[in-house]
Amino acid sequence: MHVGIDLGSRAIKLAAVKDGQLVASEVVNSSFEPHKQAAEMIKRYAPQFVAATGYGRHLAQKHFAQQVITEIKAHALGAKHLFPDCRTILDVGGQDSKVIALDPQGRVAQFQMNDKCAAGTGRFMEMMAASLGYSLDEFSLAAAASDETVAINSMCAVFAESEVVSLRNRGTAPEAIARAIHLSIVDRLSSMLDRVGLQGELVFSGGVARNSVLVDLLAKRLGRTVSVPNAPEIVGAYGAALYLGARAKAA
Amino acid sequence: MTTEFSVKADEQLWTELDMDVERFKKVPPVLTQLYQNIFLSQSNRPEEMAYFDRMIENIYTGRIQEMVDAKKAGKPVIGTFCVYVPEEIIQAAGGLCIGLCGGSQATIPDAETVLPRNICPMVKSAFGFKISGMCPFFQAVDFVYGETTCDAKKKTWELLDKHVPTHVMEIPQLKRERDKRLWLEEVKDFKTAVEKIIGNEIAETELRAAIDTLNAKRLALQRLNDLRHHNPSPISGRDMLLIQQIAFYDEPARFTAQVNQLCDELETRCRNNNVVAPKETPRIMVSGTPMALPNWKLHNIIENSGAVIVNEESCIGTRYYKDTIDTTGASLDDMLEKLTERYMKIDCSCFTPNDDRIDQVIAEYKASGAQGLIDYCLQFCHTYNIEAVKLREACEKEGIPFMSIESDYSPEDVGQLQTRVEAFIEQIQE
Repeated sequence: MHVGIDLGSRAIKLAAVKDGQLVASEVVNSSFEPHKQAAEMIKRYAPQFVAATGYGRHLAQKHFAQQVITEIKAHALGAKHLFPDCRTILDVGGQDSKVIALDPQGRVAQFQMNDKCAAGTGRFMEMMAASLGYSLDEFSLAAAASDETVAINSMCAVFAESEVVSLRNRGTAPEAIARAIHLSIVDRLSSMLDRVGLQGELVFSGGVARNSVLVDLLAKRLGRTVSVPNAPEIVGAYGAALYLGARAKAA
Repeated sequence: MTTEFSVKADEQLWTELDMDVERFKKVPPVLTQLYQNIFLSQSNRPEEMAYFDRMIENIYTGRIQEMVDAKKAGKPVIGTFCVYVPEEIIQAAGGLCIGLCGGSQATIPDAETVLPRNICPMVKSAFGFKISGMCPFFQAVDFVYGETTCDAKKKTWELLDKHVPTHVMEIPQLKRERDKRLWLEEVKDFKTAVEKIIGNEIAETELRAAIDTLNAKRLALQRLNDLRHHNPSPISGRDMLLIQQIAFYDEPARFTAQVNQLCDELETRCRNNNVVAPKETPRIMVSGTPMALPNWKLHNIIENSGAVIVNEESCIGTRYYKDTIDTTGASLDDMLEKLTERYMKIDCSCFTPNDDRIDQVIAEYKASGAQGLIDYCLQFCHTYNIEAVKLREACEKEGIPFMSIESDYSPEDVGQLQTRVEAFIEQIQE
């Protein structure tokens, strides 16, 4: 058995793989010492090898992981395995968003990552939900409940929050604001996709893909199907575990 | 050797230069630490790098003393931020042309008390160094050479002039015959400004000798860059960047001799297969905006990710030395014209159109044996940032793996840059 572990900015994700098949997965919020947490999680599986990905990958390599790959490659491997026709991956995690273009063989041909800011990421959604007094689930449900059109112009987390405050003070319904925020994220994601050039099947991975309202709005904007894995947040961890399997086979 | 290295301090000299000594004396230990981590931790460095290590040890003392001494002897000491400064003229007047501080995050908060936040970090850093009294080079110059290559610089010169005399040279943005005439006039004005300091006119023989000196310097750097293209690499990208940075403040003839000595060593190293990275190491070329001392951020990330940098197409890189001056000029006027023609070949993105630069990048890429190109853009440098679009298109046409990075001096995006760089290396290795 191999384990892939994805030490992300907000959560640690684990995937245990045997003969290419996913046999177990876990997602926990990360603490101050993510490598210790991760080492605890791995123990239960007694894996032959561990591959780490995500922000904490190098820390993990110092402590327990034999292999390290970037989130880009991990998501490419995971998404291609789950959706063999996949040519484009949109991954939105806690702190960053990326678009990865694959060639027909599944190799990374090009990728884009957001620069320094958290616009359009999971953290951005959390902040926006909190500014409206919603939980994340309530936030997306509220967005689905509205068809009013108001605009959020700023994608900067700080400025967007001020915009939300001023909209609220103008008496705009919170549902309409929630919808506007969702649409502004859709704008940003679709422009990132345009930059890379969307082709083939599009797979949406990362924790933010759990927001089905956002996925629907994005599909509508793009005019195409958006494939979401059953557990979108573990695609990276799964890809890392698959990488070990592929290496073992090659050796 | 690692433990011996130490950036030197001279509080008496700094006091003479009216610096903020209390604050500045904390800088040498920080630079010592940074330098040890980034440079001295490398294994199998060429022995001739010892000279450049010493240049860093003496960066705030020995070299500053040379500047102060030159100034006391009535020689012009001119500070600059740009490869368009006609340094042959300064050299001909017996003076010193010095690249000023502009590569550190430390003085950006100082600058932001005056300047807007959303402009280039190099301009902010440099302005901050002056107003906080944190750059000994700035304190020792007669005047600063400024140019009109971008809006942030051009408008900052007006503010900087209140703190240190700033001579602004207009650099046109097209390269037509009438632009050349303007440029030549600007070169002559610069010559007059330098002559004012020495109190007499630069002689033809002096200019000829200066052109020879700086041609020799540029040729030595070309020779070095050709050698570093050898696969496997005989020298790291970090060391190469350092040498190209030191080129901006060292004494030209001494520097040239040291570079040539290093070249001799590298030739031997190449013959004996004594290299810094095995042949299978991924080879990356960097293009774009300059990395002023001590901006080693991207090079450090790339080489710590297991790749080796094999070329810098940058102002602090090939743009500084790819062209030499035609020495067939007979009269002083002829020489100034040939000099101007050489400077007009520099392919800064402030020019439009600037397709020569795209061709130049591709040519250097092929010569260096790189396997991928990372285009580096200082945040808010609009001209390079927009030109990256054309560069991307050219790379796609040539089948060159390409990634563009926009960053500043702050450490906050290091994690993301590391991920992007590692993913790029994975991509070119597949």
